[in-house]
Amino acid sequence: MAGVQVANVSRSFGAHKALDNVSIDFADGGFYALLGPSGSGKTTLLRQIAGFDFPDSGRIAIGGESVERVPVEKRRIGMVFQNYALFPNMSVADNVAFGLSVRGEAKATIATEVQRALDLVQLGKLGGRKPHQLSGGQRQRVALARAIVTKPRVLLLDEPLGALDKALRVDMQIELKRIQREIGITTIFVTHDQEEALTMSDRIGILRDGRLVQEGPPEEIYDRPQSEFAATFLGDANIFRGDATGSGIKLPDGTTIAASTGASVPAGAKASCAVRPERIRISTGATKPDPAGANMLTGQVSKRIFAGNNSTYFVDRDGQTLKVIVQNTGAERLAEGQPVVLSWSPGSTVLIAAA
Amino acid sequence: MADQLAIGSRRGLKPALPLLLPAYLWLTVAIFLPLSAMVFFSFMTDLPLAGKEWTFTLGNYAAFFSQSLYSTLLLSSLRLGLEVTLWCVVIGYPAAYVLAKVLKGRSREAIFLLVILPFWSNGLVRIFSWAMVLREGGILDTALNAVLPFKINIDLMYSYPAVIIGLVHSYVPYMVLTCYLTLQAIDDSLIEAGRSLGASRRQVLWRVIIPLSMPGLIAGAALIFVPVVGSFMEPRILGGRTGTFYGTVIEDQFVAVFNWPLGAALSFILLAVVLIILALAAPVLRRAG
Ligand SMILES: Nc1ncnc2c1ncn2[C@@H]1O[C@H](COP(=O)(O)OP(=O)(O)OP(=O)(O)O)[C@@H](O)[C@H]1O
Ligand SMILES: [Mg+2]
Repeated sequence: MAGVQVANVSRSFGAHKALDNVSIDFADGGFYALLGPSGSGKTTLLRQIAGFDFPDSGRIAIGGESVERVPVEKRRIGMVFQNYALFPNMSVADNVAFGLSVRGEAKATIATEVQRALDLVQLGKLGGRKPHQLSGGQRQRVALARAIVTKPRVLLLDEPLGALDKALRVDMQIELKRIQREIGITTIFVTHDQEEALTMSDRIGILRDGRLVQEGPPEEIYDRPQSEFAATFLGDANIFRGDATGSGIKLPDGTTIAASTGASVPAGAKASCAVRPERIRISTGATKPDPAGANMLTGQVSKRIFAGNNSTYFVDRDGQTLKVIVQNTGAERLAEGQPVVLSWSPGSTVLIAAA
Repeated sequence: MADQLAIGSRRGLKPALPLLLPAYLWLTVAIFLPLSAMVFFSFMTDLPLAGKEWTFTLGNYAAFFSQSLYSTLLLSSLRLGLEVTLWCVVIGYPAAYVLAKVLKGRSREAIFLLVILPFWSNGLVRIFSWAMVLREGGILDTALNAVLPFKINIDLMYSYPAVIIGLVHSYVPYMVLTCYLTLQAIDDSLIEAGRSLGASRRQVLWRVIIPLSMPGLIAGAALIFVPVVGSFMEPRILGGRTGTFYGTVIEDQFVAVFNWPLGAALSFILLAVVLIILALAAPVLRRAG
C-alpha cells in the first residue's frame, strides 16, 4: 500500500487546460472521492496517476517513489473502468487471473488467489461464466476482483457505479466500502454523484475547469464551503450576495445577515453567504420568537414539493427564491402563497469571499 | 406479451418472402445451375458438342488419382495458398492494426484509400505492372542499381517469388479489411485494462488483441487461401515456366485442351480438398480465438 502525491500537475490538450496546477495528497489507505462537473478533468487526473497519459508539468509519486517515467504496467495500480472493460473472450476466472498470469505466477497460486478474490466480491460460484452472461452489478464485481487480485498499491475507479440503477448502486457502494476497508487499499474514486462522494469517502476533492476548488473531509466541505461553486455543487445552498460588514454581509436592500463561520472578509469587500436549506426554520411568524441574534427574513411560499420524509418549500423574497427543507414531523403544512418568516442561526451561515 | 411476440415473428416471415425471392432466383441462376452443369460434365467422357459421342464415366476423377502430376501440382498449389496467406497476415495485420488503433481522422482515411486501391484496378493491369517492376532491367532492377554502389542483377520475373509477390499484392486488402473491422471493434479500454494489470504492450497484443481479432484473421485467411489455391492468372503471367500450378492446369483444360470434363473433375476435387481443410482447421482456429 502507498499514498499518492500529486504536485502542481498540469495537462493541456491543445489550448485547453484539462488540468491546471493540481496538487493533492492522497493519504495511504484512504478513500478519496474526486467530484466535479463533466469535463472538469477528473478522468484526466486519474489517467495521469494510472500512467495512461503523462502530465506536461508537475510531479506524481506513488508510495514516495516518483513515477513520471514509469509505464502503466510497472506502476502496480488497479483500475476499474466505467464500462468495466472485462475481456469478452475470457471466463470470469480468467479475467481475474489475467494480472497474475502475465506476471508468471504458478498455476496453483493463481487458482487460490482468484478464488479468494471472487469470494471477496461474493462471486465465488461464477468463475466459469463469460462476462456477457453476467448482470451489470456482477460485471462490476468481477472488474473489482480483477483490479485487486494483483495486490496493487492504489485502486483507481472511474465512475464505477455510473451504469448501475439506484438500488444496485447503493448495494455496490456498501460492498465497495467494505472491501476497501478489508484490504485497506488507497482508493481514488471518481464520481458525478455528490451523495456517493459524501457517504463513501474520507476526503473529497472538487474539481472545476481543471482546477482543484476545495479539498478536505466531507463534513468540512459541506459545512464550510470556500466558494459559491463548492457550496452549490456539493449539496444545496441558498446564496446571498452583498458587502462584508466584518460579522456578516449587508444585502443591497439594507438587510444584514450575520455569519459566524467561513472566511474572514474585510468590511466593505464583496462577499456572499451560503445557508443550507435544512438549516432554515420556516414559520408563519405567530409562534415563539427565535433566539436573539438569529438571522430573519420574510417571504412568501411559492411552491411546496412533498418528498415523503421531508418537504421542500420555495420561498420568494425580494426577487430571490430561497429553498427550505423541513422534516416531516407531522406538523401543519404551509400552503402555497402564505407569508412566512425564515430564520437561522449565524452559526449555520458560511461567509464566502467573492471570487 | 409473449403471444404478441410470437405472432409478430410468424407474420414477419411471409412479407419477407417476396423480398428474398430475387436473391434466391439470382443464386439459382448464377451459381446453382452452372455448378450443376459442371458436375454433370465432370462425369462425361466428352463434351456433347458437335454431335460427339459421350457416355458417363468416372475416368476424369480416376485420372487425378492415376497420374501423380495432378496431386503434386495440387500440393504445390496448397503450399502457394499457405505461403500467400501467411504473407498477407504478416503484412495485412500490422497495417490493419495501425489503421484501427494508431491513426485517427484524416490520415486514417487517406491510408485506407491506398490499401483498397488495388481492388479498384483491373487484375491484369496489376499483374503486368508487376511484370514491369520485376523483370531484368525493369523498374526495381534499375532503381536498386541507381542507389547501390555495386552492380546487382535483380531478375525476379518468371520465378516463384514473383508469383508470391503478385498474389500477395492482389489479396492483402482482404486481410487488411477483415482485420481492420475486428480490431476497430476492440474497445481501447480493454487494452488499457490489460496494461493496468501489469501486462506489457506485447503481452496485451498476444493475450487480448490477437485472440479478439481472430475472427477477422480467420475470415481473411479463408477469403485468401481458397482463391489463391485455384489461381491461374498470376502464376501464368509472373511465373512463366515455373508457374505451372493446379489452377493453371484446370484453366488449360477449359481454354487450351478443351477437355472440359477433366477440368470440371479437377475443380471439384480442389473444392473438396479445400472444404476438408477448412473443416479440419475450423475447430482448431475456434479454440485459438
Ligand atoms: N485526449 C484528449 N484530447 C483532447 N481533449 C481531451 C482529451 N481528454 C480529455 N480532454 C478534454 O479535457 C477536459 C477534461 O476531460 P475529462 O475526461 O478529464 O473530464 P471528466 O471530468 O472526466 O468529465 P466526465 O465527468 O464527463 O467524465 C475535457 O474538456 C475534455 O474534452
Ligand atoms: Mg470522466
